[in-house]
Amino acid sequence: MNTTGKVTGIVSNLVTVQTDGPVAENELCYINVGGTQLLAEVIKVNADKASVQVFESTRGLKNGDSVEFLGKMLEATLGPGLLSSVYDGLENNLATMTGVFLKRGEYTDPLDHGKLWDFTPIAKAGDKVIAADWLGEVREGWLPHKIMVPFSFKGNYTVESIVEAGQYNIDAVIAVLKDESGDRIDVTMTQRWPVKIAVKNYREKPRPTRIMETGLRVMDTFNPIAEGGTGFIPGPFGCGKTVLQHAIAKQGEADVIVMAACGERANEVVEIFTEFPELVDPHTGRKLMERTTIICNTSNMPVAAREASVYTAMTICEYYRAMGLRCLLLADSTSRWAQALREMSNRMEELPGADAFPVDLSSIISNFYARAGMVILNNGQTGAVTFIGTVSPAGGNLKEPVTESTKKAARCFYALEQNRADQKRYPAVNPIDSYSKYLEYPEIAGYLNEKIEKGWVEKVNKAKVLVRRGKEMADQINILGDDGVPMSYHEAFWKSEMIDFAFLQQDAFDPIDALCPFERQKFMLDLILDICDKQYEFEDYEKCRGYFKSLINALRQMNYTEFKSKAFEENFEKLQKLLSENGN
Amino acid sequence: MATKAYQKTYTQLSAITKATVSLKASGVANDELASVEGRLAQVVKTKGDTVTLQVFAGTEGIPTNAEVSFHGAPPTLKVSEQLSGRFFNAYGSPIDGGPEIEGEERPVGGPSVNPYKRKQPSELIPTGIAGIDLNNTLVSGQKIPFFADPDQPYNQVMADVALRADVDKIILGGMGLSNDDYLYFRHKFESAGALEKIVSFVNTTEEPPVERLLIPDMALAAAEYFAVDKNEKVLVLLTDMTLYADALSIVSNRMDQIPSKDSMPGSLYSDLAKIYEKAVQLPDGGSITIIAVTTLNDGDITHAIPDNTGYITEGQLFLRADSDTGKVIIDPFRSLSRLKQLVQGKKTREDHSQVMNAGVRLYADAQNAKTKMENGFDLSDYDLRCLDYAKEYAVRLLSIDVNISITEMLDTAWEIFAKHFSPAETGIKQALIDKYWKA
Repeated sequence: MNTTGKVTGIVSNLVTVQTDGPVAENELCYINVGGTQLLAEVIKVNADKASVQVFESTRGLKNGDSVEFLGKMLEATLGPGLLSSVYDGLENNLATMTGVFLKRGEYTDPLDHGKLWDFTPIAKAGDKVIAADWLGEVREGWLPHKIMVPFSFKGNYTVESIVEAGQYNIDAVIAVLKDESGDRIDVTMTQRWPVKIAVKNYREKPRPTRIMETGLRVMDTFNPIAEGGTGFIPGPFGCGKTVLQHAIAKQGEADVIVMAACGERANEVVEIFTEFPELVDPHTGRKLMERTTIICNTSNMPVAAREASVYTAMTICEYYRAMGLRCLLLADSTSRWAQALREMSNRMEELPGADAFPVDLSSIISNFYARAGMVILNNGQTGAVTFIGTVSPAGGNLKEPVTESTKKAARCFYALEQNRADQKRYPAVNPIDSYSKYLEYPEIAGYLNEKIEKGWVEKVNKAKVLVRRGKEMADQINILGDDGVPMSYHEAFWKSEMIDFAFLQQDAFDPIDALCPFERQKFMLDLILDICDKQYEFEDYEKCRGYFKSLINALRQMNYTEFKSKAFEENFEKLQKLLSENGN
Repeated sequence: MATKAYQKTYTQLSAITKATVSLKASGVANDELASVEGRLAQVVKTKGDTVTLQVFAGTEGIPTNAEVSFHGAPPTLKVSEQLSGRFFNAYGSPIDGGPEIEGEERPVGGPSVNPYKRKQPSELIPTGIAGIDLNNTLVSGQKIPFFADPDQPYNQVMADVALRADVDKIILGGMGLSNDDYLYFRHKFESAGALEKIVSFVNTTEEPPVERLLIPDMALAAAEYFAVDKNEKVLVLLTDMTLYADALSIVSNRMDQIPSKDSMPGSLYSDLAKIYEKAVQLPDGGSITIIAVTTLNDGDITHAIPDNTGYITEGQLFLRADSDTGKVIIDPFRSLSRLKQLVQGKKTREDHSQVMNAGVRLYADAQNAKTKMENGFDLSDYDLRCLDYAKEYAVRLLSIDVNISITEMLDTAWEIFAKHFSPAETGIKQALIDKYWKA
């Protein structure tokens, strides 16, 4: 018999419930309002009063309305069919909902129970297995989707029987396991897992060793993110956070992409599910949507489900990671999630921390980032969850609690800058303030030595120094005037401008320039650094400016043409001609 | 909003603040409307048997023995074709002397559109203003505010944009509108002969501020009626959202909520998003486009109201007085239309996005030259050309008094580029230079 209760207080989506039995923190309950059941989650218990956050509008709710506790936490349903789907924060399938408007209390099944999947067994009768071990495999699009021993199974099991290869739906029993006490347990293709608890059914979580290629020069070359790494993108509105994130989603070298649109604009989600089914994954040639799951809790959807949305998204990533796949989770934006926490904390009249955020904000954020990572599975295979979150700092000021807490948790920092955005220098990632801790990892340096060339990291650092030096020279020129500084200052400044315009800037809307593979990045960086190494003689700073502007123009024309195509070579010739006219 | 006869009347208030009253009552639903001494109020909190009501008209003169009765329903609006051409107050009652509206009574502030059922906006809304069409192209289903200091002519620009836009209905939601501005809109709509396609909900400065909280919900309920039921293209004008947010902060303050940045309630983002996200392109052709006004304090966009707005809306149009030319311009640096790439080069000429970027980049160079000049340094030949370019660019393209087609805007831009720069200095793709450069 489950615990029940009665509503005794309502402030917006925070409801106080008088309970008649035990309740657990984060336990779910249904509140009955006029025949509709609203899902809610316990967030605080005080004696026999539970404070619950309702995942829906509480309009029309009355004191005295009945509440039924469910004895479980918020869980994600996991199984084949998650990819290509569009879910809300509670994993309701938005595509199967009726009507144009969201109906309160309408909950839909995340997975299609009728669809048949081509199942191939991996395990055989008599095998000893533990949670997350692979029992079999189905094809989900082009991905091998492993059917696993449910994560929640504790202890050792023996495979009693497993079905033969064939077509089964997700509810069919595909294996029978026997536990240590001899009890038999049926396993289907689906399992459930509480989203707020990290999936830890792997052998170990080593330091990351590979780079996740994005085709974005400012990331891959200057501040690469590791496979299984963490990064965040803070920036004021209008600095290109969304465009940058979509570019990463389109081009990121990953098997599975989960995009959590958390408290953001609905039209941005529409853009994804309108364009992704048409766009092609540059790494596999398959449609992007086939590897993508969208979790959307847009800004006008109920606030409490925002928090759930990022956890649901992470759980789905962890599920695919356990299959030995490389997953990328993009959450836009974690600030909205933090604000949802703030709204609840405020309604509960808790003592506030900085900027009225709850005091445990920092630990909540770092716990969440810690769920990412590369892992070695029990069978020795590897899988990874790479996590990139965006942060929307209030007033564009990075000294605010969400940015500061995230900075402690994430290893890569991509600082979007208003000033660069104003000048349309996109992506507006500040090359000097941004960093990737992974460049300091010997494992990663070794990987890059092998993948690109020996000494690559030194080369990248050299380019960074040139950019920083150019910035310092620009400051000097601004203070002392064009005539007040030696010619070498102008030269250094223009070299940094060349790196900026021809390498750091990238046109996300140009079909060619948008995606720049490592090979091309190396070619361009080598070319630009060679130009920087040359000695120049200029009569005056006007000549210097004019010369570098024409170099920049030639380099940009190269960026706009297909790599090593005829047009590309022609532009390269033009550049060589310019170079032979000056410098030696 | 008549009180239903069978409902119980309460006569004992336990607390009164400037915006709220509390009393002991039972069987009360969240968000339900009530009358307090004849004034409209709404349930915002219940705790045990104590109910807190937000009184829209303010609580001045409300006694502790005021009569309170509950209506049993949240705020509603009667919708039908009769709304067209009419002016209403925040409660949806006519203020133009005309008859009451007959129609279906619908709750306002209803649920959101299922994001999966939305369509991607793709229809261009031309305004004739190059600062908008060329640099920050608007698309139907978009939500975008003007950011403007109080002395900028934002209401005039908005009225111009509305009347030039090719839409079926225009819904004006006026919050804290001065009486003069209210009459301006009325006159402007009447003299344009467009009154039949306009519906207005107006709260003027003479009316209580908390009433404003109803305006966006009323305006958007009407918009949803025309867009969803009638498949019409609807443009909603909301002015001024800063005054709306101020009203939110008054209520939250009276409810003893802990304020976050700039004394605004912690839920400001969600509160504003609920309104702006009503902008939508519907699957059956109807659409709701929202153009709003957020007034700024001395251009400060880091204040909580413009800041949260910017994160919600699909860009912003920043009005600024340009001291070099004496014109009011759409600031190309601070303005942005996030949906512009959905139409630029697709519904407009292929060179649109490159011309736009080059124009703004060169304008930025001019700003650098200006800084140099102000610091007393010698200007290079390039600097001088940039400064000349900036003046011409501001007058012929950025100024809000421009009214030309987008193709004319592009041609004008190429003409100005050729006058001041070499092709390489613009950084535009060679293929486009070859085709459009006006040698």
